[in-house]
Amino acid sequence: MIKADLISSLYVFMLAAFIGFEVIRRVSPLLHTPLMSLTNALDAIAVVGAIILAGEHKSNLATVLGTIAIVAATSNAVGGFIITDRMLKMFKSSRTPKP
Amino acid sequence: MTPVSGHLLEVTYFVAAVLFILSLKWLSSPVTARRGVWAGEVGMVLAVAGTLLHHGIVDYKWIAIALVLGAIIGVPLGNVAMTAVPQRTALSHAFGALCVTLVGTAEFYLRAPDVPPFMMSVLSLEVILGGLTVTGSLMAAGKLQEILPQRPITYKGQNLVNLAMLAVAVAIAVRLVLHPEQMFLYPFMVGIALVFGVMLIVPIGGADMPTVISLLNSYAGLSAAAMGFVLNNKLLIVAGALDGASGFILSVNMSKAMNRSFANVLFGAFGQVQTSAAGAVETRTARSASAEEAAAILSAANKVVIVPGYGMAVAQAQHKVRELYDALTKRGIDVKFGIHPVAGRMPGHMNVLLAEADIPYDKLLDMDEVNPDLPQTDVALIIGANDVTNPAARTDTSSPIYGMPILDVDKARTVMVIKRSMSPGFAGIDNPLYYLDNNLMLFGDAKAFVGNIVKELSGGGAHG
Repeated sequence: MIKADLISSLYVFMLAAFIGFEVIRRVSPLLHTPLMSLTNALDAIAVVGAIILAGEHKSNLATVLGTIAIVAATSNAVGGFIITDRMLKMFKSSRTPKP
Repeated sequence: MTPVSGHLLEVTYFVAAVLFILSLKWLSSPVTARRGVWAGEVGMVLAVAGTLLHHGIVDYKWIAIALVLGAIIGVPLGNVAMTAVPQRTALSHAFGALCVTLVGTAEFYLRAPDVPPFMMSVLSLEVILGGLTVTGSLMAAGKLQEILPQRPITYKGQNLVNLAMLAVAVAIAVRLVLHPEQMFLYPFMVGIALVFGVMLIVPIGGADMPTVISLLNSYAGLSAAAMGFVLNNKLLIVAGALDGASGFILSVNMSKAMNRSFANVLFGAFGQVQTSAAGAVETRTARSASAEEAAAILSAANKVVIVPGYGMAVAQAQHKVRELYDALTKRGIDVKFGIHPVAGRMPGHMNVLLAEADIPYDKLLDMDEVNPDLPQTDVALIIGANDVTNPAARTDTSSPIYGMPILDVDKARTVMVIKRSMSPGFAGIDNPLYYLDNNLMLFGDAKAFVGNIVKELSGGGAHG
């Protein structure tokens, strides 16, 4: 990584961390479990790194590790979004009529 | 085609990053929360589709197999029972960290021995944090699933051993930054991180799980962000920073709710401290009551606050609690739930279980919301919670939980505690609440006892 990239990456990290703090502070404690499962699913974006690794086929080791990494991250993304949606579906207000 | 698809990829990543931030923003309210999941999914699909068009990819076979296999594993993981959510979450931290650690390892062997110092530093951070999160989360999941013993396991010099291990891993990392050509050191660094993860969770007991899960969440996020630095991928940095921030905020919340520092949770082994604090044993008596009496008191109340704890989850009593809620509400009694931040085994655990039992979320109040109401409450009914209601936390400076914010249930006119026996709770701390004049013990299994109260309220039972 060249120096300019590094500095801009640090800026991105710093800003994203601040946005994260401000946005997540506003999440009601009511939804802290779905919050954790959703951030977990979003974290599975690491799959893009694994896809490139497995697809570029630069070495056998990289392909094998990349493939396992895709399986791990994909199961997180799929499972994380499903369970988050299942949980959020259950939260109903007493003011809205039940379906 | 290459330059075009290169730009296209950057654009999909950018849009995905925006969607990820919106996703968490929409999660702030239950009304918009499901839109947040949708935004996250679209962002994810866009980024993956964009990556698949990446010009460097020459072979799609393994990618396709892995994506399908991951989806096949993911679907059942998304459909576990709500009571199993804490261990599922721990498992997903392990999977996320596994992905990051494997990618980091592959990148190291692709680049070594020519790894620039900064690259090697973030790569080391990535695999050390990732490695300890993999095994630490697996241990946490094992304890939560009760495959592993839940009691904290401690031994003399434990903290010293753990700190020494971490120090060795960091020392190897520093060595590799200075001499990346010494590639034989790399497996030792990862290996020590993996063992360290196990050792870190060995002394952690069930009551500390909410903090530890949050902390592991934060580590998983930070290791993903470090991976973003290694790959120069801004989307990963954003997602990792968001996840890291989220885990960090939750850890701070949990620590505050237990009046303990991070260091104390990780290095304190809760079970240890208590033994010395058991002093001052008086012969005090607690009064007990039957389901019939409890039902009579409840039906005479105007305001009831129910305080659920992990015991409710263990007894699977949430659906019976819903029936009780219905029976009381039908009589015009105002029923609310008071939920302590560390009730259960992960942040928000109780809310999810009660929402599953169809209890409206506006009846679920957190500690700060419900405490001002408790002095005007007729009955506080405690189901499977103990330490979070212990008034010693307010009054007894010698108590190991002194200073911990609690639900002030003792201020209610009548307190009823459903409990199997008088034995102290998980942390082994005696609860003076049980000996107060306004307290009644309801001895029995939470599910069965609540069921009996419901039966009495609905006019069933022997009295018709």
